[in-house]
Amino acid sequence: MALALVPQPPLDSWFAELDQQMARAPNFFAGRPVVVDVTFLPRNDPDLARLAGEFAGRNIRILGIEGTEPNFTPPAAWGWPPLLSGGRPVGTSEVPEEKAAPEPHSLLRDENVRSGQSVSFPKGDVTIIGSVASGAEVIAGGSIHIYGALRGRAIAGVMGDAKARIFCRKLEAELIAVDGLYKTADDLPQNLRGKPVKISLDGDKIVIEPLD
Amino acid sequence: MSKVLVVTSGKGGVGKTTSTASLGAALAAAGQKVVVVDFDVGLRNLDLVMGAERRVVYDLINVVNGDAKLAQALIRDKRNDNLSLLAASQTRDKDALNLEGVTKVIEQLREKFDWVLCDSPAGIEKGALLAMYHADLAVVVTNPEVSSVRDSDRIIGMLDSKTAKAERGEKMEKVLLLTRYDQARAARGEMLKVEDVLEILSIPLLGIVPESQEVLRASNLGAPVVMSSPNCAPSRAYADAVRRLQGETVPMNIPVDRTGLFAKFLNWRVS
Ligand SMILES: Nc1ncnc2c1ncn2[C@@H]1O[C@H](COP(=O)(O)OP(=O)(O)OP(=O)(O)O)[C@@H](O)[C@H]1O
Ligand SMILES: [Mg+2]
Repeated sequence: MALALVPQPPLDSWFAELDQQMARAPNFFAGRPVVVDVTFLPRNDPDLARLAGEFAGRNIRILGIEGTEPNFTPPAAWGWPPLLSGGRPVGTSEVPEEKAAPEPHSLLRDENVRSGQSVSFPKGDVTIIGSVASGAEVIAGGSIHIYGALRGRAIAGVMGDAKARIFCRKLEAELIAVDGLYKTADDLPQNLRGKPVKISLDGDKIVIEPLD
Repeated sequence: MSKVLVVTSGKGGVGKTTSTASLGAALAAAGQKVVVVDFDVGLRNLDLVMGAERRVVYDLINVVNGDAKLAQALIRDKRNDNLSLLAASQTRDKDALNLEGVTKVIEQLREKFDWVLCDSPAGIEKGALLAMYHADLAVVVTNPEVSSVRDSDRIIGMLDSKTAKAERGEKMEKVLLLTRYDQARAARGEMLKVEDVLEILSIPLLGIVPESQEVLRASNLGAPVVMSSPNCAPSRAYADAVRRLQGETVPMNIPVDRTGLFAKFLNWRVS
């Protein structure tokens, strides 16, 4: 699953904000496929032409672009990757109009996230009924709820939500992050290891508290 | 109904081949018709552990490529008629295997045998994926140490997503075989505890096989340990595991060799 970025006009200031975010978590996008949603950008915006180049210049690999009209064809000079719709590439043919089903706000997973697996839901909360293994990761636009042990990575609020939280029944994480701020295993308080905790952001600080 | 079982681990050297040979021999001793299949193309070992290395003429790749008939490649064990071996090729690499060919071979083996035991190569690449693809049941071999447990966890994820069963939307049955368990090191706290491994992997326990010199001795003799030394601790662990595989309920304990003065106090039970 890919992360979705949603640029808003004016593009210059949007990219400036992105740069700030990336300065706080420099490796956040490394090796991670990204989808760009252009819903909010006017189709006649001259800036669209440089969109793909801006991302490439930041070493962000764009997997696809979504949010365009079904019959929209980007000029070849823009260098856009394939257009996507609902996770699948679309051609430029007419698509019959249909009311889209309401999008879910949360993702529920009924089993462990095993080492090497990645669960990602940029649109909202993720709930895991089970544990997140060492070498596994959960990424959420909103909060992350883990009913078992967190031994891998939990990355909450990826779309810039400073109110996002992480809850788990047993803290043994390799990395936790909220809204781009992160702590690795070495920075976790010794006294809360193995304990049920809630993790939130207070300004620029990650706060880890026992959950009783 | 025949059962295809994969013996897999992710990490290398944890005891897959040793376990395949002994589970196979113990099932055969219980009267089941068994074939053990070596998927470790390029690094074949199972023929050595079974003591059949000088009898290999045709191998799995030959059958997959249609160069030999299955019947020509199957090597029947000299000690037990119920047990056969399908060896891997030592001179080829894993790219010589393909899903279509493997599918045909497994179908044919299902017709001839009650149990098809596939000895997986280490790693998470093609060879390991092909070994697990047709399995009905997976024996996940793990040593009580962090890296082995993590690799096993990774393999469990693949068993749940990259197998024929998973593609059909069915649940793959998985059991844990904890091997090379060293009682003395466990007592000193140098290894992960059984409970901790079970908590992390959260799959049912098939058995605990202790570390023992007998295993190395057996492979030097070219016999599965359950054949060369049926009463030693690892052999009893494998025999119990096989009874569990056949649906019996056997109390779980860690077998020990009763040689030392205090040995009889050391029959630890796992809660
Ligand atoms: N219970 C045991 N006690 C002592 N030694 C053991 C035990 N089980 C396995 N071994 C030894 O560990 C080594 C590796 O075992 P084995 O070849 O069965 O592992 P494997 O998982 O098949 O390895 P590979 O990944 O290379 O195929 C061998 O030397 C074997 O004799
Ligand atoms: Mg082996």
